[in-house]
Amino acid sequence: MPKNKNLKKVLVIGSGPIIIGQAAEFDYAGTQACKSLREEGISVVLVNSNPATIMTDVDMADKVYIEPINIEYAERVIAEERPDGLLPTLGGQTGLNLAVELANAGILDKYNVELLGTPLEAIQNAEDREYFRALMKKIGEPVPESWIVESKEEIQKIIDSNPPYPLIIRPAYTLGGTGGGFAYNAEELMEIGCRGLKLSLKSQVMIERSLLGWKELEFEVMRDKNDTAITICSMENVDAMGVHTGDSIVVAPMQTLTDKELQMLRSASLRIIRALKIEGGCNVQLAMNPNSYEYYVIEVNPRVSRSSALASKATGYPIAKVSSKIAIGMGLDEITNAVTGKTKAAFEPTIDYIVVKLPRWPFDKFSQADRTVTTQMKATGEVMSIDRTFEAALMKAVRSLEIGLDSLTLKHADQLTPADIERGLKVPTDERLFIIAEALRRGMSVDKICDLTCINKWFINKIKNIVDTENELKEHGKEIRALTSGQYATHPEAVELLRKAKTLRFPDKLIARLTGALENQLRFICRNHGIVPTFKMVDTCAAEFEAATPYFYSCHEREDETGCRFGCEITPQTSTQTPKKPKAIVIGSGPIRIGQGVEFDYCSVHSAWSLKKAGYESIIINNNPETVSTDFDTSDRLYFEPLTVEDVLNVIEYEKPDGVILQFGGQTAINLAKPLHAMGIPILGSDFKSIDISEDRDKFEHMLRQLNIPKPAGRAIFGIDEALEVAEEVGYPVLVRPSYVLGGRAMEIVYSEDELVTYMKYAQEVSPDPDAPILVDKYVLGKEVEVDVIADGTDCLMPGIMEHIERAGVHSGDSMAVCPPQTLSQNVIDQITSHAINIAKALEVRGLMNIQFVIDDEEVQIIEVNPRASRTVPYLSKITGVPMVEVATNVVLGKTLKEQGYGSGLWKQQPSVAVKAPVFSFQKLRDVDVSLGPEMRSTGEIMGIDTDFSKALHKAIIASGLDAPLAGSMIATVADKDKEEALPIIKDFIELGYTVYATEGTCRFLENNGVKTTKVYKIGDNASPNMMELIVGDKIDLLINTSSKDKRIEQEAAVIRKASVRKYIPCLTSLDTANAIVTALRAKKAGESSDCMPIDFYLDPSKRK
Amino acid sequence: MKAILLLEDGTVFEGESIGVPGTTIGEVVFATSMTGYQEMLTDPSFAGQLLTFTYPLIGNYGVNDEDIESGKVQAAGIIVRELCDVYSNWRATGSLADYLEKNNVVGIKGIDTRALTRHLREAGVMMGAISTEYDEKELVKKIKKAPNYGNINLVERVSTDEAYSWTAQSFADIKPENPKCKITLIDLGIKRSIARRLAWEDSDVTVLPYNATPVDVEATEPDGLVFSSGPGDPRQLYGTVNTMKAFIGKCPILGICLGHQLFGMAMGGEIVKLKFGHRGANHPVKNIFTGKVSITAQNHGYAVSEKGLSSEVVVERVNLNDGTIEGLRHKDLPIFTIQYHPEASAGPNDDGYLFKQFIDSVMAAKK
Repeated sequence: MPKNKNLKKVLVIGSGPIIIGQAAEFDYAGTQACKSLREEGISVVLVNSNPATIMTDVDMADKVYIEPINIEYAERVIAEERPDGLLPTLGGQTGLNLAVELANAGILDKYNVELLGTPLEAIQNAEDREYFRALMKKIGEPVPESWIVESKEEIQKIIDSNPPYPLIIRPAYTLGGTGGGFAYNAEELMEIGCRGLKLSLKSQVMIERSLLGWKELEFEVMRDKNDTAITICSMENVDAMGVHTGDSIVVAPMQTLTDKELQMLRSASLRIIRALKIEGGCNVQLAMNPNSYEYYVIEVNPRVSRSSALASKATGYPIAKVSSKIAIGMGLDEITNAVTGKTKAAFEPTIDYIVVKLPRWPFDKFSQADRTVTTQMKATGEVMSIDRTFEAALMKAVRSLEIGLDSLTLKHADQLTPADIERGLKVPTDERLFIIAEALRRGMSVDKICDLTCINKWFINKIKNIVDTENELKEHGKEIRALTSGQYATHPEAVELLRKAKTLRFPDKLIARLTGALENQLRFICRNHGIVPTFKMVDTCAAEFEAATPYFYSCHEREDETGCRFGCEITPQTSTQTPKKPKAIVIGSGPIRIGQGVEFDYCSVHSAWSLKKAGYESIIINNNPETVSTDFDTSDRLYFEPLTVEDVLNVIEYEKPDGVILQFGGQTAINLAKPLHAMGIPILGSDFKSIDISEDRDKFEHMLRQLNIPKPAGRAIFGIDEALEVAEEVGYPVLVRPSYVLGGRAMEIVYSEDELVTYMKYAQEVSPDPDAPILVDKYVLGKEVEVDVIADGTDCLMPGIMEHIERAGVHSGDSMAVCPPQTLSQNVIDQITSHAINIAKALEVRGLMNIQFVIDDEEVQIIEVNPRASRTVPYLSKITGVPMVEVATNVVLGKTLKEQGYGSGLWKQQPSVAVKAPVFSFQKLRDVDVSLGPEMRSTGEIMGIDTDFSKALHKAIIASGLDAPLAGSMIATVADKDKEEALPIIKDFIELGYTVYATEGTCRFLENNGVKTTKVYKIGDNASPNMMELIVGDKIDLLINTSSKDKRIEQEAAVIRKASVRKYIPCLTSLDTANAIVTALRAKKAGESSDCMPIDFYLDPSKRK
Repeated sequence: MKAILLLEDGTVFEGESIGVPGTTIGEVVFATSMTGYQEMLTDPSFAGQLLTFTYPLIGNYGVNDEDIESGKVQAAGIIVRELCDVYSNWRATGSLADYLEKNNVVGIKGIDTRALTRHLREAGVMMGAISTEYDEKELVKKIKKAPNYGNINLVERVSTDEAYSWTAQSFADIKPENPKCKITLIDLGIKRSIARRLAWEDSDVTVLPYNATPVDVEATEPDGLVFSSGPGDPRQLYGTVNTMKAFIGKCPILGICLGHQLFGMAMGGEIVKLKFGHRGANHPVKNIFTGKVSITAQNHGYAVSEKGLSSEVVVERVNLNDGTIEGLRHKDLPIFTIQYHPEASAGPNDDGYLFKQFIDSVMAAKK
């Protein structure tokens, strides 16, 4: 079936901002889709609101619209572009939902747009539980007992029928299982059920028999128009049913099923995709009774998903790319297998390694969050590792997580009581894997652990093998020490034990800890005995055919396939495959987490591309399966590895690159600067010295003094006494944080001595390095500004200045920001420019640097400097048109800014305004307080761009989900310190047409100032109208709440804020945000109409009509 | 205990002994299916071969009494990366390690099976030996002395001696009470699944030895004739080809794997040896007439080439990977043959419908 010749132009919808349940995998899928369609000569139009993505690069599609993903803007794009087709299945649930809305609203018909790939009916059949069940029954596939309800009364009916608890509750038409949960009794059923009704776009909730404890299994399936259907990858969740697959440890392929069982489920999956008539990729989730052939079909996702990204990386089979080709009418037997270049896409990958995926949870940032993992996904990202044994893959995956662990031992393992252990085994949390290991260490039997965890014995036994090897190393510490210190020339048993531990991929650090041997001696002795890693290729076919994929994983085996020679000498030496070309390694940024998101993957990818352009062989090391950087055709060679020094050095010792680039991989890569520098590995770009100065408080302050650049008063301290002393000196409030941490972790504004003492105790606990100092600074309550610059030693280019909407005190990642700045005086802009240039020079920056400033009454002070790419680089690149990563990569390779056509200072102002706004995932993290503060909490971002500020702001507000109506009701409950400031803002809301409810203090203040409000009671007041009653009763459209320092008031406020999040009511905790929103709404009401055009049209008015 | 794997070309892999100590010689082949080790080990088509599993973890789900394709382990030896000592599956009755021991299988673990596979892919399959007893030098001599895989009549070893009527052998088997037709199955090394599938289609199956004469076959009064899969070079089996020829035009015939190759020979086709064969559960086969692609289980080292093939037959199916013939169909007669394994076990069930198609043609011919 050849491709549909009528298709000339296709619209692709992206997935919008990164939120829990919808992360970087859709940038990967969307990017592949764009490439894949253009390969076939089709013109691609893209809509996505997320600027931090590769897919929204101007050259990824023919037309890129960075506009809100909603029906209004989609229709405008369609009307303007008149595409022939719409590809809905590559943009996650967001893209799919929008496509369904567009179809149902008749917009696709109106503009004669064909829905490509999976037919609309099939999408609805898969998404709508009732259709789906009916269809499954028709084809004889078992589905668990269940009920569909659309009202509270129907839930009551189920309760009355005495159903088999536990029941699982899932709302239809939502993202990643939002709002689902288990009900063990009638009360819980009613509560969770009603919540689900509200969350579902169709007010539809499914209630179902729980299969807690059953095996959870998945197949990635593909089908083309010709009804050829194949499975790409089988996956087994290590955690039994009851844990969301996004929160489960997952292995591929399935490990504990016989061929008969596996084929039974495979056949079922194929029957399902055929019955649904899906054209493209789809994910089938199944549950299987661990003691019989009994199985149930759980869920089908009629689109590419997180699982399909994982399956693509696990097998090498590019699911999104092939799905796109199927969507335009091609058959699986007509699409070439990009891996072998010879065979066709119509085959099933077979692999000769095992893949382990571990979720990355945000609990390090959200200490208050409930760490229990259930059917509602909480992970922000994931890591994948590949090896020849489960143990090895697991060990690599654990250290890829970057949670401060290099083994299966929790830091607080020895403090766990037997009761903690038992509970930790029974209740799945982020720590369960480690608690299993601890239970084994303490001698608990495998069978008992299986009983408590419902995890299959096979996996527990493999973990036991790791624990046993730890014990062996401990027991034979003496022999290993003797071996490494040269006392034995050889000691066969000790060597074999080392070989075993290294084959299971124990890091040298861990072996050193267990045996007392020295880490660097271990490395040396292993090499002497030929205990060295090798790299094997991911080739989709278990070596049956020759493959050209430059995609490798490490393992301890006999044969290496990189074509490079292993050796300790660092002198550059090219591989046999591509002689002469210089080589550079780009270190990626690991799993998506709060504070280090897809932005850094964007940077890594661009750096790799720029290296290629510059004639280099580009090599990427990373471990995040969701991303574009780990697509095997992004770089010349891809290594799927943890990003620890040891693992990175293994690659370096084979590849012997001309240099390593660290500045694009976030803090993950920067952390390698010191050890790699110490090993004599050439670092391209700003070297360790720049990083060290910017991170070492004393050196940094010394530099600022020399440059005569002011900063908020304060210094680095050790211990409580010194902290109190500094605070006294500079005056409260003070901003406190541990040094060397990421994303403002554990950063706080402290108003009193008592608070400072409490904080110091806490900070010592969370700091990864207990010896690292704590920073105590005067908290300057001013406007915050940040810049990203590129410096080459002579010149320093500043593409743009970003002015934060929220004042200092809100983490820069959680602030809205506008570029170009709207309220800064020329004097301030000049100071910023000159400070940036001076700092770049003093730090000898080569490449990118981010600086954060606070403006204290026209004086520009420095808050922070990071000599690396920052979160804002993609955003700034897109709105200034300066390809920042490419320019910076060229700089680190030695090409000056002048040679690239750039100079020093602020780049020319753009004729448009862009507002970046954060997006949070509080819906998924119920127990996390939503109030903005110095610690970062957002998971993603969007951008609103338009020809003026208020229009851009309004777009940003819509796209970030803060969409408040032009008139409605709001609750205002404002702390005393903020009341004055809140007054004009609340007045503005009232003028717009808002009814204001206010709590007692706020109410009195407003009334005294002539503002008419309705008094609302607090929860405890037990009187009506009550805040909770208004929120739960859907009487409110907006909540403004600024935090008070009174703990009691704050506690209640937190409850209210959480309730508003649950009800999807925008909750504004900063008056700056509130002011921005009212400004935007006012402009909207005044009839200002927004623009909708490709991103490059905003930058270049001559392109506009 | 240490063991070595030595290939005919001198390549050596050192590993650990599994199963029983000793020495075994055979053709070293690799199979890429990730599951179904028990089915593969008991498949008579692996007779005379040292079977390498490319999937590195073998033994995960243990062994049971059901997933067997014949009464014993047929492979001459087993080569794995890791033999999982702890197994887990509700049907498991024991570990693969014990099973190998009970079945007197000589095997080796702990070697870089991917390196071995890459070597065989480049150099082609070849003779080799696993041994716990001999050093390399002695083992080379043993391999040289041993008959080459292609020259051994392996079918003679694995085929039944006596004719018998197929009866239920395991949970999945049924002996139809009122069979609608009589099928005679020529045992070239049958997998139980082939007989089982025929019985599922309500046929009464009689199994005859590979050297059954046309008279022997006639005596079973078959409504249809099936030639099974089996080991070795089909060119060892001209006698069986002649028996087949005697029934072309008399009754519907289905050939599977080796049976397909014999039909190819009967129709004048040439047999070629593949460099490293097709052994796995992921081979795409395209039906030229419908354009549909099936994923199939395969296990063969030889193939029928189009050269010399009579114009009475058409190539109905081809392998999408290398274009080799995967199915033949007689233009006028109800005869079709399949190079792969529609009975699956191990592998996908995509083409299980072919048994029904065959029985339907038998019923049509009966009328």
